[in-house]
Amino acid sequence: MRYITDHKRATGLGSAGTGTTKHWFMQVTAVILAVLVPIFLYLFGSAIGFSHAQVVERFSNPFTALLTAAVLVVGLRHFAAGTATMIEDYFKGGLRKALIILTTAFSYGLMGMGLYALVRFTV
Amino acid sequence: MADPAKAARPLSPHLQIYRLQLTSVSSILTRITGHALMAGALLAIWWLFSAAISPAYFACADAVVHSWFGALVFTGSLWAVWYHYLAGIRHLIFDAGMGLDIPTAQKLGWACIIGSVLLTAATLYLI
Repeated sequence: MRYITDHKRATGLGSAGTGTTKHWFMQVTAVILAVLVPIFLYLFGSAIGFSHAQVVERFSNPFTALLTAAVLVVGLRHFAAGTATMIEDYFKGGLRKALIILTTAFSYGLMGMGLYALVRFTV
Repeated sequence: MADPAKAARPLSPHLQIYRLQLTSVSSILTRITGHALMAGALLAIWWLFSAAISPAYFACADAVVHSWFGALVFTGSLWAVWYHYLAGIRHLIFDAGMGLDIPTAQKLGWACIIGSVLLTAATLYLI
């Protein structure tokens, strides 16, 4: 005899034990990006046409550097999760796994490139 | 009772003969712009990276950014980022359980399309 109701047993489990974790992750990163991206677009966009020295100066500013780092980390993780969802929609099996690994690695690679540049500007 | 397997029921409409709707097109565009943004991200990060390596490397990446190709990628990405931005906010509104009736959903779809063009023009003017 079960002493716990079916509803109680299922509460909080979701379909795969994690439920809407990914959806919630996209919502959290989307709201953060909604704040960061307009400022970044201005700071980055107005730097196009700058000389090399001016670019280094712009992105070694602490505010710009931290904002750009946040856009890189949050933006590329949002991208990787969105791409994984797209791959899950259109591909199956081993190809699906390979593509998700590839696009995730690609996203982290780009993130690293951007962060490396920011560190080089500062030191 | 007729055998259900023999009944000639219509299949669900295939994409090619399905009339496009503003709500579905504006939703699909969210995914397309999100992924197409990778082009702009690649160029932007490469440009930044080159500046960290050497002035000579920066001159090379900067020339690409200022070519017709670079202008196309960055202008396209600017529109894509604004479209994805507005469509993302629309999704947050939908997720909150609001704006799901058809007239409102269609108005939000137009808001994404028109708003993204206006914001792109405003950004190009500002920067």
